[in-house]
Amino acid sequence: MKAVCWNGKYDVRTETVPDPKILNPRDAIVKVTTTAICGSDLHLYDGIIPTMVPGDILGHEFMGEIVEIGPEVKNLKPGDRVVVPFTISCGSCFFCDKGLTSLCDNSNPNAAMTAKVYGDAPAGLFGYSHMMGGYDGGQAEYARVPYADFGPIKVPDGLADEQVVFLTDIFPTGYMAAENAEIEEGDTVAVWGCGPVGQFAIRSAFMFGAARVIAIDREPSRMAMAQTAPGDVVLVDFEKENVVEKLLDITGGRGPDKCIDCVGTEAFGHGPGIMLDYVKQQLRIESDRPNVLRQAMQACRKGGNISIPGVYGGILDALNFGAAWNKGLKFAMGQTNMHKYLEPLMQRVQDGEIDPSFVITHRGTLEDAPDLYATFRNKKSECIKCIMQPGKTFSA
Amino acid sequence: MVSGALGVAIAAFGLSRRGPFAILSTLAGGALIARGATGHCPLNEVAGVTEEDKDAAPWNRSVRVKGTVTITKPRQEVYAFWRKLENLPRFMRHLESVVETDAKRSDWRAAAPAGRQVGWTAEITEEAIDEKIAWRSLEGSDVPNEGSVTFEDAPGGRGTIVRVELSYSPPLGVIGATFAKLFGEEPKGQIADDLRRLRAILEAGEVPTTDGQPSDILRKTKRQLGSAPGAALIGKVLEKKATVQ
Repeated sequence: MKAVCWNGKYDVRTETVPDPKILNPRDAIVKVTTTAICGSDLHLYDGIIPTMVPGDILGHEFMGEIVEIGPEVKNLKPGDRVVVPFTISCGSCFFCDKGLTSLCDNSNPNAAMTAKVYGDAPAGLFGYSHMMGGYDGGQAEYARVPYADFGPIKVPDGLADEQVVFLTDIFPTGYMAAENAEIEEGDTVAVWGCGPVGQFAIRSAFMFGAARVIAIDREPSRMAMAQTAPGDVVLVDFEKENVVEKLLDITGGRGPDKCIDCVGTEAFGHGPGIMLDYVKQQLRIESDRPNVLRQAMQACRKGGNISIPGVYGGILDALNFGAAWNKGLKFAMGQTNMHKYLEPLMQRVQDGEIDPSFVITHRGTLEDAPDLYATFRNKKSECIKCIMQPGKTFSA
Repeated sequence: MVSGALGVAIAAFGLSRRGPFAILSTLAGGALIARGATGHCPLNEVAGVTEEDKDAAPWNRSVRVKGTVTITKPRQEVYAFWRKLENLPRFMRHLESVVETDAKRSDWRAAAPAGRQVGWTAEITEEAIDEKIAWRSLEGSDVPNEGSVTFEDAPGGRGTIVRVELSYSPPLGVIGATFAKLFGEEPKGQIADDLRRLRAILEAGEVPTTDGQPSDILRKTKRQLGSAPGAALIGKVLEKKATVQ
């Protein structure tokens, strides 16, 4: 089959590889009909996530048709159309029982390696480094899905791939970010990053009752898309403004009630803090560039919450923890507990409350992957979200 | 000295890469350099090398490892699974087989580094139902060893805490253990891994794996072909063939 393989920094190729097989009784094989490139795939593309091996198949946002099931999979049958959550979860450990499926104890075959770095290991992920399980991803014609009796959700008739494919990650991720921020009716919520997750976080913030969302980015097309959210959206361009001062100004000196960091480890920006991060990253004495986190901790109102769906991988420098402590901030973060959100969010899509396909700007086949990765990475041609549909032909 | 040299190598590896692993390996390398310089090894304590062992000549030292895991299943169920010794190779990766020959005795076969196989007969020396099993190998074993496993209720009814202690004398004493570490078969990491697999079997019904997935098959094929003349070409043919299956 054809699959999108990681071969190194900025080196993604569409290659021919063996087809996946059932390896465990709870596995299923999915024939991929739509797959997407996630913003977090760009961290792999940029080569900053450790334990990638040339030949790894990328992709954790995919959906398709069940073509084969293992003997323990009783709830699905070949022909079922399913959306596959990007976190791999057994459904029966301590964490899955608590609904914390992204922290599943049993799905990461390389957990011991990860535990050496983090103390313990989160759930395995599709196509996201060997530290996160080393599973082949779904940017391919076929994908093997472990614990298929627990993860995938059937798609109701009448919904197109484009409407439901983002239930695999970014819609639930943006939604959990808003939930983690504990938004109350009337809150002003600041959202850093108007990429795909940011777009869903903004819309979710309104679902939770935010009175105003302040959206921070520098890409005009992304900011324009943010402004189409149903509610009061104020834009801040971090290239042109001092973000902290601007946020304090907009909120009448109090600071945003809730802050959501949809950027994570590879923040851009200017000022002495981030410049030092760039230098330290080059010298390999710091792994992440936590500029957004610094701004959020400084700007957030007393007793506010900081919710962090953006990915961090390692050691952060020069965080003003004293600001967080003295202002009594609450933090919530981590991979999305997908399984909790699949059904309710599928329902919202079915009810017509939201059509997630609004974020799509680029479409292609698997063969287009190298171009799409480069376009997305460099934010060329107003790229916000790319999907790939194996076997389809696209006129553009 | 070995620590010092290895430390320099690991630190260099760390400095030559980026990302959190890089930082950690730089630090780890630094620690080993310090160990080489001072002769003090904080890792000995972590790896469970006993005081008696430290006094013994290196070739007489045994390796002791401890591991623990919490499993969200009742103690009786976890105990019963372990007590059926035939189950052990399902989660202990280096065991190939265990055959119970009578109520107390069993024959064990295990894979050793460098593709060798070792075997021994073990005898249960202590057994408290649902609480503890202890065993030791009999005279004439390839790898003299003993061990125990205990099962206790986790507080608040949250499953079972399993604690394992093993000690064994590798074929060449501590030199064997050092070689095992070099080949990535470090005993402590191995027991932690084994216990995770035990938990996976009992909680999820299967051991998570990626062995045999497309990228794995492709890599193994390429590795087998190595750099033999024409390997790249054969690899290409195999890739094509794989798609037709």
